[in-house]
Amino acid sequence: MILELDGLGVRFGTREILKDLRVSLSGRAIGLLGPNGAGKSTLIQTLVGFVKPSAGTARVLGHDISRERTQIHALIGYMPEDDSFIANMSAVAFVRMMGELSGLPRETALERAHEALFYVGLGEARYRLLGTYSLGMKQLAKLAQAIVHGPKLLILDEPTNGLDPPARQRMIRLIQEMRDSGEMHLLICSHLLRDVEETCEEVLILKQGRIVHTSNLEQERRANRRFVELEAYGHHHGFADAMTALGCECSPLGLGRFRMVLPEGFDLKEIYRWASGRDVQFRRLNHRRDTLEEIFLKAMEN
Amino acid sequence: MAVYKRTYKAFDGALTPGWSRFLILPRSSFGQVTQSKFVMVYLMACFFFPLLCAVFIYISHNVAFLQTFNIPAARLFAIDNKFFEFFCTFQGTMASLLTAFIGPQRVAPDLANNALPLYFCRPFTRAEYVLGKMSLLVYFLSLITWMPGLVVFIIQASLAGWQWTRDNAWILGSLLLGLMLWDLFLSLMALALSAWVKWRIAAGALILGVFFAGAGFGSAVNAIVRTSYGSLLDLRQVISVIWAHLFRDVSATAEISAGAAWGALAGAAAVCLWLLARRIRAFEVAR
Repeated sequence: MILELDGLGVRFGTREILKDLRVSLSGRAIGLLGPNGAGKSTLIQTLVGFVKPSAGTARVLGHDISRERTQIHALIGYMPEDDSFIANMSAVAFVRMMGELSGLPRETALERAHEALFYVGLGEARYRLLGTYSLGMKQLAKLAQAIVHGPKLLILDEPTNGLDPPARQRMIRLIQEMRDSGEMHLLICSHLLRDVEETCEEVLILKQGRIVHTSNLEQERRANRRFVELEAYGHHHGFADAMTALGCECSPLGLGRFRMVLPEGFDLKEIYRWASGRDVQFRRLNHRRDTLEEIFLKAMEN
Repeated sequence: MAVYKRTYKAFDGALTPGWSRFLILPRSSFGQVTQSKFVMVYLMACFFFPLLCAVFIYISHNVAFLQTFNIPAARLFAIDNKFFEFFCTFQGTMASLLTAFIGPQRVAPDLANNALPLYFCRPFTRAEYVLGKMSLLVYFLSLITWMPGLVVFIIQASLAGWQWTRDNAWILGSLLLGLMLWDLFLSLMALALSAWVKWRIAAGALILGVFFAGAGFGSAVNAIVRTSYGSLLDLRQVISVIWAHLFRDVSATAEISAGAAWGALAGAAAVCLWLLARRIRAFEVAR
C-alpha cells in the first residue's frame, strides 16, 4: 500500500484544514485534486512530515508519518510547489548536495547529479547558477533534486506550475517515463485536471478538507469501453434486435443512432460482421469517455 | 563516469551514516566563503596581531636582542594572564566582525529562497541543519581565535620553560574555554539573527548593531533606570567580564558581576535558540 489515511485530521489553530480522511491507495501514480483551499498542499505537507496531524494518522509506504518520519524521508523525493532553490550554487552542486543529504556517497551523488540533470533536460545548463535559471528550468532542477537519490515515492506538488506549453509537455513526458519505469510510485498534486489525467492511474479528490471522491482512472477507462454510441447509415432495421440477441443492451436514439452496453468479453467485430452482410455503414462509433473533468465536477456537486 | 543516461534508475547502494551528513553543509559552502577576496584579506589581517604577539614573546625572551638594543626586560609587558586576556579581547573583536561578514550568508539565503523544505524532506533534521551551518562559522572563527591563541601560548611555554608552563597551564584552559565559548555564541547569534530577518545585508547590519548599538542602549538603560543591569545588554562588556573572570583578572572593573554576565550570555544564547527553533522550519503556518 502506498498511502493509507486513517482518520487523518489537521488543524491550524481553530481552523480545521483536513477532516477525518480515510482511504488506501496503491496505484503507481496517484493524483491529488481539489479546488483552491481544499487542503491538497496541507495533505502533502502532512505526508512529508512538515505538519503534525491533529487527529488520526497516515502511513506512507507502510511507515507511520508521526513515528517513522526519518524512514519515510529516506524513501521519498519531494518537489515543492513554491520556488525552492539555493541561489548562489550551480545546479550540479545543488543536486549533488541534495543527493548527499539523502545519504548518497560523495562520488555517487556527483555522478547521479549529472545523470539527473541530463535526464530532466538541464544537461547543458548544469554548471549555471540556479539564481540565473528561468522558472521552467527551476522546476526541472527541483525535479532533478527530487529524483537524484532514487526515491520509492516521488511527491510532486504542482509540477507544471508556471511552465509554457512545450515545457509542460516535457514535464508530463518525464513523469510518464518515471511512472512507466516501474522504479517508483508517484503522488501528484495539481489543479490542472489534464496533467493528472495524462499521468495518473488513481485520483483522490478533496473538497473543504474532506475526501469527496476516489477513483481508479484505469478501471474507469476500461469500464467506459463497454459503453458505445454508434450512428448507422443504410438498412439498419433490426439492428437493435440483432444486438440484443448477441447479448448487448441496445436502445435506438432515432436517425440511425444507437446507444449500447456491451457484455463482458464482447468482440466489436460482431457488429461489423452483422453490418457487412446487410449493406449497413457505420459513420461513427464512440466509446463513452467520462473525462476527469466530468468526474471532478460530479465530485464537486456532491 | 557515465553522465549521459537519459533513463531513470533507482539507487540501491549503501548509504552514508546519518550522523555524518551535517558535515556536507560546511563542505558545500566552504568555497563560497573563500571565494570572497574581502573575506580572505580580512582573514589574513586577523593573523597580524597573533603574529605580533609571537614576535613580542620571542623578543622578550631573546636576551641578546634586548642587550643589543639596550631594552630593559622590566619595561616590557609581562607574558601573563592579562596578556592572554588582551589577546582574547582583540581577537574576539576581530571574530565579531568576521561573523558579521560571513555569518548572514549561511541561513538567510536558504530562508529567502524557501530552500528549507528541500533539506527537511530528506533524512536530515533541523538540529543537523543548524549544526552544519554553525560548524562552518565555528571553523573560521576558531581559525582566528583559539587556534592562534594556542600557538602563541605554545611559543611562550617553549621559551619560558617548564616551570612557567606548569604554573600557568590554567591560562591555556581559560584561553581555550573563553574563545571557544565566544565562537559558539557568535555562530549561534549570526544564524539566529539572519534566520530572523531573512535578508543577508540586514542580518549583517543587525549583527554589528547588536555589538555596537548594544553598548549605547545599555548605557541609556543604566542612566534612565539608574541601575547597572543595563550593561547586560552590552554583549562586548558581558564577554569582557566573563574573560576577566576566566583569566582571574582582579584589577578589572566592571559594572556587572561575573555571575550576571554568565547569566546574560546564557540568556542571549537561549533567545538565539528560540529564534532558530521558530524560524528554521520547512513550513510556516499562517494562522
